[in-house]
Amino acid sequence: MTTLLVDKRPADAVAVLTLNRPEARNALNTETLLAIAEALDAFEVDDDIHAVVITGGDKVFAAGADVKEMAELDATGILKDARPKYWRRIAGFEKPLIAAVNGFALGGGCELAMHADIIVAGANAKFGLPEINLGIMPGAGGTQRLIRSVGKSLAMKMILSGEMIDADTALKSGLIAEIHPPELCVSRGCDLAKKIAGKSPVAARLAKRCIKQTFESTLKDGLEFERYNFTVLAATEDRDEGLAAFLEKRPAKFKGR
Amino acid sequence: MKALRLFWKNDRLNSRDADYTMSYKHILFDVKDGVAKLTLNRPDKLNSFNETMLKEMRDAVRTSEKDESIRTLLLTGAGRAFSAGQDLSERNMSPDAPPPNLGLSLRKLYNPVVDKLRNMEKPVICAVNGVAAGAGANMALSCDIVVAARSAKFIQAFCRLGLVPDAGGTWTLPRLVGHARAMGLALLGDAINAEQAEEWGLIWKCIDDENHMKEAEELAGNLAKGPTGGLGLIKRAMNASGGHSFEEQTAMEADLQEIASASEDYREGVRAFLEKRKPEFTGR
Repeated sequence: MTTLLVDKRPADAVAVLTLNRPEARNALNTETLLAIAEALDAFEVDDDIHAVVITGGDKVFAAGADVKEMAELDATGILKDARPKYWRRIAGFEKPLIAAVNGFALGGGCELAMHADIIVAGANAKFGLPEINLGIMPGAGGTQRLIRSVGKSLAMKMILSGEMIDADTALKSGLIAEIHPPELCVSRGCDLAKKIAGKSPVAARLAKRCIKQTFESTLKDGLEFERYNFTVLAATEDRDEGLAAFLEKRPAKFKGR
Repeated sequence: MKALRLFWKNDRLNSRDADYTMSYKHILFDVKDGVAKLTLNRPDKLNSFNETMLKEMRDAVRTSEKDESIRTLLLTGAGRAFSAGQDLSERNMSPDAPPPNLGLSLRKLYNPVVDKLRNMEKPVICAVNGVAAGAGANMALSCDIVVAARSAKFIQAFCRLGLVPDAGGTWTLPRLVGHARAMGLALLGDAINAEQAEEWGLIWKCIDDENHMKEAEELAGNLAKGPTGGLGLIKRAMNASGGHSFEEQTAMEADLQEIASASEDYREGVRAFLEKRKPEFTGR
């Protein structure tokens, strides 16, 4: 059985990745993580796909890493672990990535959601980094990314106590962008992806780069980087089309050039 | 390890088809034809709640929520009372003992039960067969439809002990009967009878004692043949309305209608209407 379902929807220019290990509450084992990295690498160079949704379906997003698998690794085993490489491939994906989260997004599951550019959640969603309960700590970006969404106090509380937060708290703290009824969460995530996929893919790519750059640089450097990308876009056909369509009061047809 | 393990062990209760009974010490729990009947069963103690009973109730309401073959929950009491509320013999304090932490008792025992009664997405009927006092009254009032025997009484006894109405009372009372009557009930602690309760809108219906249980069971039986998914969404919408603006609520109605109109039962309902026959709902 494949642990990751891949659904390409060329008509919408969207692809949907669904974690598919219901028996393990979609725990992220190495096989699944690799499958995600490979799928995203393929979409990176696929001109038919402009945005990607990752989800676990209606019940659970992903309840952590695969603890059994983790227990088999000692320190040298973890040192040689391929997982960080797969995580970097996911983090490096340049097209818009949306996580549609229902139910638990815990540990590695929460970290996966935080790799997405936008998280939309069902009202039943719960986010947490409970690694501390196992005598360990987050190891796939949890300590670095959570604080950049929710601020220090809540990030510390979640990581040090292992306590989960519900969808309302996640929305208030800025971890997620929208809450929907659980039954509609995935389709709303896909709607959003479709909307984004209808914009200029070049503009989306560069805007995403600029936003991600804020975590790496000073404001001055960030502003320079932004201006540079803004200038680059002036040379695209999509910009001409976008401005023309606006002035002619018609919907724009972007080509990604 | 604990927190993680919690999430693996669920789902043991999915869709049993046949009728069954689960055995407990202080409650009865019988599932028949889609109705789960939960009977408080300490008649010699007027079905007052103790820790064991509340834990059993917590387990039974969880089953009721999870098991898809259960399409309505009917809550009632054995003997002459529905429930006299918390068993005070459990709260007996010697003068030099530290005070009991009732907050903890609510968070661990009572709230999980009333939370499920209120939020499980299937109809919950309460047949109040006799006196319902304190948490017994408020447990009943947290259910979706309350039918009381004519001899039943509701008493917000908390004020007489220096306590606050709990098990949802301070939320449900003002919403059911308005501020003035809620305050009168909570501050004075007087009993009101089932007739008055119906007149005030505290409950759905007052029924003569001899027909009470039969009518309650009929009601539950009929609801269990209903479009359970849609009924659950009605409940979700009504429960959310308390914290919503009008605009938030109409937005929610549109979302829930989107979900409801995708159900098999909606399709069947429309088809049956057009074919002028009774619908056969599956709950999906």
